[in-house]
Amino acid sequence: MIEMTLLTTLIGTLLFALVAPVVGCLLAGLDRIISARMQGRVGPPLLQPYYDVRKLFEKERASVNAVERVYVGAALLFAVLAGGIFFSGGNLLLCVFVITLSSLFFIMAAYSTRSPYAEVGAARETLQVMSYEPMVLLMAVAFFQVTGSFDVAAAFGLTHPAVCTIGLVFLGVLFILTIKLRKSPFDLALSHHAHQEIVRGVTTEMSGPTLGMVEIMHWCENVLFMGWIGLFFVWGGPLSLIAALIAVVVVYFLEIWIDNNFARVKWQFMFKSAWLVALVAGGVNIAVLAFL
Amino acid sequence: MAFASKSPWVIHYDGSSCNGCDIEVLATLCPGFDGERFGVINTGNPKHADIFLVTGSVNEQNIGVVREIYEQMLEPKVVVACGICACSGGVFHDCYNVIGGVDKAIPVDVYAPGCAVRPEQLIDAIVAGVAKLDEKSAAMKAAKKGA
Ligand code: SF4
Repeated sequence: MIEMTLLTTLIGTLLFALVAPVVGCLLAGLDRIISARMQGRVGPPLLQPYYDVRKLFEKERASVNAVERVYVGAALLFAVLAGGIFFSGGNLLLCVFVITLSSLFFIMAAYSTRSPYAEVGAARETLQVMSYEPMVLLMAVAFFQVTGSFDVAAAFGLTHPAVCTIGLVFLGVLFILTIKLRKSPFDLALSHHAHQEIVRGVTTEMSGPTLGMVEIMHWCENVLFMGWIGLFFVWGGPLSLIAALIAVVVVYFLEIWIDNNFARVKWQFMFKSAWLVALVAGGVNIAVLAFL
Repeated sequence: MAFASKSPWVIHYDGSSCNGCDIEVLATLCPGFDGERFGVINTGNPKHADIFLVTGSVNEQNIGVVREIYEQMLEPKVVVACGICACSGGVFHDCYNVIGGVDKAIPVDVYAPGCAVRPEQLIDAIVAGVAKLDEKSAAMKAAKKGA
């Protein structure tokens, strides 16, 4: 039984490592085009994120120390593993912890450079993790209440989509998704727009191939988070995957819209609002489920 | 195929420009001209940038800064001197503190004269710089193979 789980996770991780960067890259390209259209611009070609990463891998290799790239590599590895666990129907709680581990490696990579700008970014990234983590954990708990198991695959045994019973949790996850996707107003640690950044936040000292790995990691992360969103909309029925796909598209579009319409907030607001949302949306929903 | 030319990220530094050229540089990166169509992104971080846009002349105060930014950029990299001040010192060429154009501090690849330099000319200069990027990238690859 355990060997079976290990094997499926392994195969899932390998498949995720192949598919997620492609999907994530296209998603990032679409994101940039839609953002540009919202700003009255034409925008880059669809494959622009791919060109960027290829260029980064062509650049000269330089690093302020020997461990930075190792940390970033570990962050990428764990992001892929988390995706593999999730998409092979594995344990949701484990997936949450592994993706947090990936974030921690990313933060350590920034701290290891000892650059004051990267440290500002790393401190803010830490705050972001602190802000979204409660809601993410509550999400796993809520799924356990609905399906009776922490396994992702159990969601396909439901008679109706999970969002029907844990709608409030879904709204809470929607709120922190903006932080996780690094979108304005919560792009405190690493903005995609240079003009609102202290040099470059977490990635200040990362360059060339290392930065390329960071980009690929973000692609994988985004695919995983979209998977989380989709999980709210699947059930035992035949149309469940289509419903999930539509939900994911709508949610991602909403995120782009939010990104383009809100200015960055201070960390105090992010922290307080994220915890408030987690306690109210997550707490109330879980309490109702527990006592009814 | 080199990808350097498909995603030229720029960094902009104001040497001792009168700000005329800076406004034009930023205008070039604004939605009206939409540099992102060609993958141009303003980075603000020398370690991420491929093209260095310098405005204004080099003087005793900023020569160290110009060199520092240039040195922090990774190969392949290209320098564009934006405006006549950055090319040769321009109207400020005989000021007591002005050393001259940017090429007195670092190697310049493309000169974009004008006072102030027009966005159209800047785009031309960036396109010329992009061709240089490709050349340098190819040379780097050849050197790697040879080594
Ligand atoms: S070239 Fe003209 S506009 Fe540009 S910095 Fe010099 S004086 Fe100002």
